[in-house]
Amino acid sequence: MTSPVSPVVDAIGPAAPSRTLNRGTSSSADRFFRLVLTLAALAIPVLLGFLVFELYMGSRLAMGQFGFGFITDSIWDPVAEKFGAFPLIFGTLLSSLLALLIAVPLSLGVAVYITEFAPRVLRQPVAFVIELLAAIPSVVYGLWGIFVLIPFLKKFIFPLLRTLFGFLPFFQGPIYGPSMLAASTILAIMIMPFIMSVSREVLLAVPNSQREASLALGATRWEAVTSAIIPYARSGIFGAIILGLGRALGETMAVTMLIGNRHEIAASLFAPGYTMAAVIANEFSEAATDMHFSALAYVAFVLFVLTVLVNGAARLLIWRVAKGAAIGSKAL
Amino acid sequence: MNRRVLRRLVSNLMVGLMVVAVILAVLPLMFILINLILKGASSLSVEFFTKTPVPAGETGGGVVHAIVGTLMIVGLASVFGLPLGIGAGIYCAEYPASRLSTAARFVADVMNGTPSIVVGVFAWTWIVARQKHFSALAGSVALAMLMIPMVMRTTEELIKLVPHSLREAALALGYPRWRTSLSIVLRTALPGIVTGSLLAVARVAGETAPLLFTALGSQYLSFNIREPMAALPLTVFTYATGPYEEWHRYAWATALVLILVVFVLSIAARIATRRRFNVNA
Repeated sequence: MTSPVSPVVDAIGPAAPSRTLNRGTSSSADRFFRLVLTLAALAIPVLLGFLVFELYMGSRLAMGQFGFGFITDSIWDPVAEKFGAFPLIFGTLLSSLLALLIAVPLSLGVAVYITEFAPRVLRQPVAFVIELLAAIPSVVYGLWGIFVLIPFLKKFIFPLLRTLFGFLPFFQGPIYGPSMLAASTILAIMIMPFIMSVSREVLLAVPNSQREASLALGATRWEAVTSAIIPYARSGIFGAIILGLGRALGETMAVTMLIGNRHEIAASLFAPGYTMAAVIANEFSEAATDMHFSALAYVAFVLFVLTVLVNGAARLLIWRVAKGAAIGSKAL
Repeated sequence: MNRRVLRRLVSNLMVGLMVVAVILAVLPLMFILINLILKGASSLSVEFFTKTPVPAGETGGGVVHAIVGTLMIVGLASVFGLPLGIGAGIYCAEYPASRLSTAARFVADVMNGTPSIVVGVFAWTWIVARQKHFSALAGSVALAMLMIPMVMRTTEELIKLVPHSLREAALALGYPRWRTSLSIVLRTALPGIVTGSLLAVARVAGETAPLLFTALGSQYLSFNIREPMAALPLTVFTYATGPYEEWHRYAWATALVLILVVFVLSIAARIATRRRFNVNA
């Protein structure tokens, strides 16, 4: 980013008569500087617009053929060129919600513990470890899931669940290794660091006066958490959870490796399923027909719209709940 | 009296439950690291870092093709993504009230939430489908798309941390605006921006999904960005889902190398910020 005006001339610039006359308007170097930056900033919306355009062009064929029925149909048959994405959408939503169900209580517990209760020496290291865990690549979680988590779940957890809750349809049927529940478990492990670190930041932003006031009124430390700290940080914590949901919806590799990849909706969580991201990862490089490509691009389009809606809803809700004082919005 | 005991009991019980939550949360993560070292370290050798893979069924060989591939793909992605992200970040910090800044910020948040596999499909339709062949270049473009919003937001945040008095002092001394921005404000924020960039590089280095049908992966050492190229995460995926015992061993070893790369980048980035800025990341 070199400028046409040499720095030396420019540094003494204000003394030069022409520059004195020009005071108040920007010099040509300033205008050039602003132009370069404007182009960079302009490139961001242009790129996103291009992404949407390309996704739309890619999925045009399938959109014309299946329309909105694509979202509600359940048949996925590349040979007959019939495509319906309902089981995929269902699988994405179910696996993400199950992951939240597991991850939210755990990560909130950890966040509250390390901000409110943990010995001071422990706080910084635990936070650091959590940050590192968020950096583990998805494919490594997948590898670990295949060779360590699935055998463990299959041997201990799944049979236990079946004995305890076997009367529910969710925990019946044969136990496969790769399954909806295995994918949700790895997803929960993956999104925990995100929910933890954002809620930790939110809890740190709660003023000490809140804590002190409720303790001074005779609350136990736990009551201080539930009556003064959590309500104050509520909107930010909500944002953290939605952020985790957004991550889970788009997560690809680990889920692809663990969910079993079957285009079916099964009542049992021990049965294999499929998600939108996983079907793209598996079938895109092997698709043979234009319609198959187009259907997969359509899936990508639906997934994109879904994540934009979730993230948008999160911002809107946080903004509404916070009523001006947007705690934790910076962390988001 | 009884009630007070009960309340204290509940409080202690909840703290106990939170400790359990900490253990449950840390346990799987500990196990991942332990498994990686136990199952991966034994396969690491000089050969592993210097040779390309041998055909399935034979022993030996290495992943030098994937190491070179990751360096090239991520390097090229940084060349595309970092200047654009940093430039847009400076714009948003310098002209915070302009309509373009608001738009860029909003769009960056949308892009940040976009699944990486969707960005992969975009790079495929844009580049691979038009050129009719897979290429490392398309993979780099996809990774750059993921880097831009991250780099942009950290750059903006860090420039905003620079005290206004510094900027005013420079302007009062007669510095034009562009020099104030570049050699005063940007220079002060530079360590933080380097950190943000390193973190973005570390994150995309582990991305697999956007490379699946762009860089595709390959068994050969290649330096040509217009051809399919291997990358560490792709190699982990191929080996992990393959049928051979030997491949699984290599998947663990490659994953260990990948995670070392990512951790070294992240830790270096964090140490740099903490020392210079004292910002709690």
